[in-house]
Amino acid sequence: MIKATVYVTVKKGVLDPQGVAVQGALHSIGFQEVESLRIGKYMELTLDTNDRAEAEERLKAMCEKLLANTVVEDYRYELEG
Amino acid sequence: MKFAVLVFPGSNCDIDCYKAVEEIGESVDYVWHTATDLSAYDCILVPGGFSYGDYLRCGAISRFAPVMAEVAKAAEQGKFILGICNGFQILTEAGLLPGALRRNESMKFRCHDTVLKVVNNDTPFTREYGKNEEVIIPIAHGEGNYYCDEETLETLKRNNQIVFTYGDNPNGSIADIAGICNERGNVIGMMPHPERAVNTLFGSEDGKRMFTSILKSWRDSHDTASIS
Repeated sequence: MIKATVYVTVKKGVLDPQGVAVQGALHSIGFQEVESLRIGKYMELTLDTNDRAEAEERLKAMCEKLLANTVVEDYRYELEG
Repeated sequence: MKFAVLVFPGSNCDIDCYKAVEEIGESVDYVWHTATDLSAYDCILVPGGFSYGDYLRCGAISRFAPVMAEVAKAAEQGKFILGICNGFQILTEAGLLPGALRRNESMKFRCHDTVLKVVNNDTPFTREYGKNEEVIIPIAHGEGNYYCDEETLETLKRNNQIVFTYGDNPNGSIADIAGICNERGNVIGMMPHPERAVNTLFGSEDGKRMFTSILKSWRDSHDTASIS
């Protein structure tokens, strides 16, 4: 088994309205130091394989095909195990 | 002429689309998302709603529904494809139209009439409108904020692919874009709901001409042989 973690974030330069709203909320409760805030998605996957290279290749395909929309999102992933 | 209205789990404007086609007196069927043959249809309507719960992203899962391979084939064949609201999101996710729809800038779900400008009335979907005519068609979405990169925007402008723009931008879309078509002009996606504006009882019948435009375009390409 290999555990994988995928992080999907709104691309830099693309407006993240949720991030802007949460940043505004932090400012309003006294956390003025928050200069920027981006909200993304965090996904945990368990992969039924022990072949790390294959796992990585297929995980990348999953990100490109479904998990992220690369028009507006960036992704990165980590593999463990 | 034969219309198909696709139905995904979570579609909720399918009946409106069906009724809109009935309103212009044409034949229409609901087609379930597992269908693998659209050859009987001349126009495919991809309706609004929350297909597959909009899980992950709007349209992200629906685009892999079996019927979508047939939609791609129909687009290739030059058939008319109209994606409305969630249907527009599905068509962008499927790569049949460029760009993506993001969360509204205001973070609010906006549900009201909008004034749209018909920027391109030279498409099979808009030929019954005047150039730059202003029409009233309602919106109802939380994620209709159209985005594409600069280069794509230039391409859209150069090819006259921007079909509708908002008079008063309700969601933060770049260049006030409300609807676009593909380069060939047979696939269109738009966030506003023309099917909800086909009768004055609804407050506006400005959307009806989209359906009659499609019919006219189809007749032009199919009746020629019988006339001559």
